[in-house]
Amino acid sequence: MDTGTEADFVTPATSLSTQDGRDGTRMDCRNVSVFYGNKQAVSDVSLSIPDRSVTALIGPSGCGKSTFLRCLNRMNDTIEGCRVEGEIVMDGQDINSPDIDPVLLRSRVGMVFQKPNPFPKSIYENIAYGPRIHGLAQTRDDLNEMVEKSLKRAGLWEEVKDRLDAAGTSLSGGQQQRLCIARAIAVRPEIILMDEPCSALDPIATARIVELIDELRKRYCIVIVTHSMQQAARVSQRTAFFHLGNLVEMGETDQIFTSPRMRKTEDYITGRFG
Amino acid sequence: MNWLLLAALLTIASVGFTAGRHKAGQFGTDPETHPHSRPNFHGYYVLMWTLLPAAVVGCVYLICNNWIAAELVSSELPAPFKVFPEADLAAYLRAVERAASLPGYASGEHVFDTVLVRFREISGQVNLVTLLALFGAAYAGLRVSVRQVAPDLRARVVVERGIEIFLFLCAGLAVATTVGIVLSLLFESLRFFAQVPLWDFLTGLHWNAQTSAEFGAVPLFFGTFMISAIAMVVAAPVGLFSAIYLSEYAGARSRNMIKPILEILAGVPTVVYGFFALLLVAPGIRSLALWINRVIIEAGWSDGPVLAAQPTSALAAGIVMGVMVIPFVSSLSDDVISAVPHSLRDGALAMGATKSEMIRHVVIPAALPGIIAALLLAVSRAIGETMIVVMAAGQRAQVSMDPTSDLTTITVQIVSLLTGESEFDSPKTLSAFALGLVLFVITLLFNLVALSVVKRFREKYD
Amino acid sequence: MIDLAGSDATNKRVLKRLKRRKAADARFRVFGLSAVGFALSALAVLLLSIGYQAFSATTYHVVEFDMSDMPLPTESPPDANVSKTLEAVFRAARDDLGAMFPESGSEAVLRMEMSAMITRLAALPTALKIARDPGHVADLRQVRMPLSDDLDLFLKGSGGHATLSRAGTVRSRIDESGMVVLAGQGAFRPLLANASAAGVSFGDDPAAGSALVTAGRSTIRLISATPDDARGELLTGDAADFDGAAPVVRLVEVPRALRAISDHQIAWTLALKTDGRIERVLHWSLLTHTDSTQPELAGTLAAIVGSFLTLMVTASVAIPVGIFASIYLEEFAPKNRLTSLIEVNINNLAAVPSIVFGLLGAAVFLGVFGLPRSAPIVGGLVLSLMILPVVIIASRAALKSVPPSVRSGAMAIGASEMQTVFHHVLPLAAPGILTGAILGMARALGETAPLLLIGMVAFVANVPNSSTDEATALPVLIYLWATQAERAWEPMTAAAIMILLLFLISMNVVVVYLRRRFERKW
Repeated sequence: MDTGTEADFVTPATSLSTQDGRDGTRMDCRNVSVFYGNKQAVSDVSLSIPDRSVTALIGPSGCGKSTFLRCLNRMNDTIEGCRVEGEIVMDGQDINSPDIDPVLLRSRVGMVFQKPNPFPKSIYENIAYGPRIHGLAQTRDDLNEMVEKSLKRAGLWEEVKDRLDAAGTSLSGGQQQRLCIARAIAVRPEIILMDEPCSALDPIATARIVELIDELRKRYCIVIVTHSMQQAARVSQRTAFFHLGNLVEMGETDQIFTSPRMRKTEDYITGRFG
Repeated sequence: MNWLLLAALLTIASVGFTAGRHKAGQFGTDPETHPHSRPNFHGYYVLMWTLLPAAVVGCVYLICNNWIAAELVSSELPAPFKVFPEADLAAYLRAVERAASLPGYASGEHVFDTVLVRFREISGQVNLVTLLALFGAAYAGLRVSVRQVAPDLRARVVVERGIEIFLFLCAGLAVATTVGIVLSLLFESLRFFAQVPLWDFLTGLHWNAQTSAEFGAVPLFFGTFMISAIAMVVAAPVGLFSAIYLSEYAGARSRNMIKPILEILAGVPTVVYGFFALLLVAPGIRSLALWINRVIIEAGWSDGPVLAAQPTSALAAGIVMGVMVIPFVSSLSDDVISAVPHSLRDGALAMGATKSEMIRHVVIPAALPGIIAALLLAVSRAIGETMIVVMAAGQRAQVSMDPTSDLTTITVQIVSLLTGESEFDSPKTLSAFALGLVLFVITLLFNLVALSVVKRFREKYD
Repeated sequence: MIDLAGSDATNKRVLKRLKRRKAADARFRVFGLSAVGFALSALAVLLLSIGYQAFSATTYHVVEFDMSDMPLPTESPPDANVSKTLEAVFRAARDDLGAMFPESGSEAVLRMEMSAMITRLAALPTALKIARDPGHVADLRQVRMPLSDDLDLFLKGSGGHATLSRAGTVRSRIDESGMVVLAGQGAFRPLLANASAAGVSFGDDPAAGSALVTAGRSTIRLISATPDDARGELLTGDAADFDGAAPVVRLVEVPRALRAISDHQIAWTLALKTDGRIERVLHWSLLTHTDSTQPELAGTLAAIVGSFLTLMVTASVAIPVGIFASIYLEEFAPKNRLTSLIEVNINNLAAVPSIVFGLLGAAVFLGVFGLPRSAPIVGGLVLSLMILPVVIIASRAALKSVPPSVRSGAMAIGASEMQTVFHHVLPLAAPGILTGAILGMARALGETAPLLLIGMVAFVANVPNSSTDEATALPVLIYLWATQAERAWEPMTAAAIMILLLFLISMNVVVVYLRRRFERKW
C-alpha cells in the first residue's frame, strides 16, 4: 500500500508536532464529564492521548466511550441538551473554551463514524469537499493531487481511480468506509477519531481497515472506539477501559490485555461480561 | 315522505333481522348439529338480503326517475312539438323538469303549464311504481333469505363478505369521484370543442367569453402562470428557509411553537386571504406603483406612467397567494430535510464544515427531490387557487408583463362564467368546463410527478 | 483561536477564509430567521388588520325614538299591512327628526338628507311587531333603529378624517347677511394650524373640506376664519348657544362633493348625540339578522345556518364513507394493482383544486341528478367528495398506529377479521379518526369556490329550514360582502370573518384537546 512520504504533502500536524516532540502528548483530558440533560453519561475521565499512535477505547455498550470520543472534536455541540465539563487540552488550550472555533477544531480533529456515511455525491466530490470548503487547494491540479493522495493513503486509489465520477454510495461497505477515512484525511487532520469504524463491515473489509489504521498510525494520532477486543489488541498501542461512564483503567495495550490491574477489566477482557 | 320511507324500510329490515335470529335460535347448541354461525349473524344475513334489493331499486330510481318521466311525457307530446330539433326539445323538457321540482310553480303560459301538470302526474305514477317495487324487493329478499337460514348456512362468512364488499365500494367512491370529474369535464368540454376548435382555444390570444364569443385562452394561461410565479417567488424562499431554520437551527421548544403557527397559514380560509388582499395589499401596491410612476416621471425618465397601478393587480394576488402556500412548501420541505440521515450531517460537521455549509452542500442536495416535490405541490396549489384571484386579481384577459396590471386566471374565468348560470349549453358556460379540464390536467401532472418523487425519496431513506 | 500559524502560507489562507465562511454562516442563519419572521408577521398582519376592522363592527350606533303615539294604518288583514305599517313607522321616525330639526323642512335636498339618516328597512322589525299585535304600539316608547352606516362610521371616527380641535371662548352675533360671526382672541388658531398642516381648505366651495363648529346642539359651518374670528352658516340649533362657549371645531378633510355624508347630517347626528338619543350598543344583529342590502341591517344568521346544514350533509356522507374506505384499505385490501390504483387516486384527489369539485357538482349533481340549485344538500355533497381524501388519509394513519399485537391478540381468541377490526382496532383508532374528521370538516367550513359554482351565492334573506332550501354559506357571504363597494361593508366583512375564524378555532381546539387527551405511545 502506498501511503506516500511526499515532502509537499505536509500536514499541519508535522509542523506542530515538531514543537511538541514526536512522542509527546497530543491531547490531555482532565476530569471530563458529559451530561445529557440531567443524565450523566461520562463522569470525571482523565486521560492523555499520545501522538503518532493508536489509542483504543473499549468497554461494554452504553459505557460512554463513544460520547467521550465525540467530546474530542466537540461533535457533542450538535446534540441538544448535551453539556461537557472538565478540560480537554490541545496545544495548551482547552478546546471547550469559547474562543475555540469548533469548525477549525474539527478540521484538525477528523472523525470516522460507525456507519459509512459518504455524501450523496461522486467519489471525487466526497474527497474534494473538505479541501474545498477550507480553501486548502488553490488550483484544480492541487485539488486533483489532494484527492489522489488521500485516496492512496486510504488504500482506495487502485480500486476507484477509473471511476472517480461514480456515486460514493455505489461502493461496497468497506470501500465506503475507506472513502470516509480518505475524506477525513483530505482535510489534513492531526488527530483522527474513529467510532467503531468496522462494526458495520464484514470480516474481510474489517481486516483491510485494521491494516489501514496500522499504516495511518505513522502519520496521525488516532483514537478508536471498538467493541472488538482483538481489534484493540491488534491496532492499538494504548488502551482505555470504560465502564458505566467511568474510566476504569488506562495503560499500554499489552499490559491491559495480559495483566490488567483492575478486576473489572480482567472480567471484561476474559469475556465474563459485556 | 322521505323520512317515512326510510323508517318503513328500517322496520322491514328489523323484522327480517328478528326473524332470522329467531329461526337460528331454534337450532340449539347440540354438538351434533352445531350451527356454523351464531344466531345474530343469521339475523344480519336476513337484514342484508332485505336491504340490498331495496337499495338497488332506490339507486335505479334516483338515477333515472326524471329521465323516465321525461321520456313518457315526450312520447305524449302532440305532433307540433315534433318539428322542433332534438336539442331544443331536450332543453324544453329540462325546463319542465326544473319547474316540476319547485312546488306550486306555474309559469302562466298555457302550453308549458299543461305539459308541466302532465309531467307531475307521470312522475307521481313513477314514484308510486317505484315505491311498490321497493317494498316488493325488500319483502322478496326477506322471504327468500329467511328460508335459507339453516344450521349449516355460513351466515357469518356471507355477512362479513358483504361488509367487505361494502367497505370496498366506499373506497371505490374515491375512484368514482375521479372518474366523475374526468367524465363530466370531458363530456362538457367535447360539447364545447364541437363549437370552438381545440387549437383556437389553446392558442387564441383574445378571450372575451362574456360579451362576444372569443375563446382564446392564452391570456388566461398567462395570468395563471404570472400570478403563480409571483406566488412562488414569495413562497419558495420563505418556505424553504423557514423549513431549514426550523429543522436545523431552532431549538425544540421554539420549533414546537412556530410549526403549528405556520400551519395556521394553511388553515385560514382562502376567502379571508382574498379579503386581506383586497383590504390591505392591493391598495398598498397601488399606492406604491403610483409613487414609483410619479418618481420616474419627475426624474424625467419617462413621459407617462410606467406601471399600470390598477386597484386589483397580479402582484397583490400573487403576494397574498405566496403567503398562503408558504406552509405547503415549509412543512413538506421540513419533513424531507428531517428525513436526511443524521450520519450525513455528522460526516460534514466532523470535517469542519460550518453549519450552513453542511446544510447547503450535504443536506439540501440529499433532500433535493423532496424539496422539488414540495415546490411542485405548492405550484399546483397556486394554480388551482380560486378565491384570492377572484377577489384580488381582476377580470381583464390580457398578456402584460407589468405586475401591477390586472390579469385574469383560469379559475377566475370559471367562476365568472358559471356563477348564476344554470344552463350548460351555451359555448360561454361550456368553456368553463374546458378551462376546468385544462386546470385539472395541469394540476394532476404536477401532483403525479411530485407524489412519485416524494415516494421514491421516502423509499431511499426509510 | 487555535494557533494554526505553522508559518505555512496555507494556514494563513485557511484562517482568512474562515472569517468569510463564518460570515456566510451567520448570514444563512439570518436568512432562515427572517423567513420565519416574514411568515409569522404576515400571519400577524393578516389577523390584526382584520381583527382591527372587525372590532369596529362589534358595536354600532342606534337612534332612539318614542313611537307610542304613532298613527297606524287601520285596514286589515294585518299581513297585507306590513308594508304600510313599515311606511308609517318610517315616516313617524322621520317626522320625529323633522320636528327636532325644523330647518330640514326648508329644502328638498335637506329633506332627503334627513330621510337618509335612517334606512327605511330599519323600521321593519318594529313594523312586524306592530302588524302582529296592533295593541303593542303603546309599548313603543323606546324604539331603537340603527343609524345609517356612513354616519355610524363617522361617529366611530373612520368615516373621512375629521380632525378635532377646541376653540377658545367666543362671542357670537348674527351679521346683516344672516351669517353667524364668532369672535374670540386666538380662538381659531388651532383650526387654522390643523388646516394648513393637512393642506385642506374649507369654505363655501363643495370641492373643499368643511370646518364645523359645534356647541351643545348647535353647529355652524365656517365660510371664512382668521385666528381671532370666524364667520359661518348655522346648520342647526341656535346661534345663542355659542355665546360664551368654547365650541368644538371639526375639520373634515374629505371634500363635500366626494363624501357620502353631508355637513347637515353630521350636525344633526352630533345634536342627537348631545341629546343622548344616539347610543353605541353591541351589534347583536350581526348574529341575529339575515343578509340585507344595507350594511347596518345585515347579519350572518342565514349564512351560519346554511353553513351548518351544509356541514351536516358533508359530515353524514364524508365521515362514514371515509372511515369505511380507510378500514378497507388498511385492513382488508389485498396488495394488488387495483388497491394501489385506489391509493394513488386518493392522494391525487387530495390535491385536486377545490373549484374542480365545484364543476363536478354543477355537471353531475345539478345537471345529471337534477338536484336543486343553491341547496345545502348539493353543497354538502360536493364538499364531502372534496374532504373525503382528507378523512381517509387521517383515518388510515390512525388505524396504522394501532399496533399489530392488538390484532393478533384478538385473532388468537378466535375473533374473525371483521370482529377484530370493529371490536378492537376501530375503538383504539377512534380519537385519531375523529381528529381527521374534524380537520376535514374545518376545511369544508372554510371552502368557498365550489359553492359559487353550484349557486350558493344567491342573496338569501330567509333562514333556510332544510337542506333543500335555497341557502348560502358563511365564507360565501364573506365573499359577497367583501366585494361590495360601500365602505361600511369592510368592518362587516371583517366581523363575519371573525365569526368564521371563531368556528374554525373552536374546531381546532377540539382537535388539540383530543390529541392531548388520547395521545398514546405504544
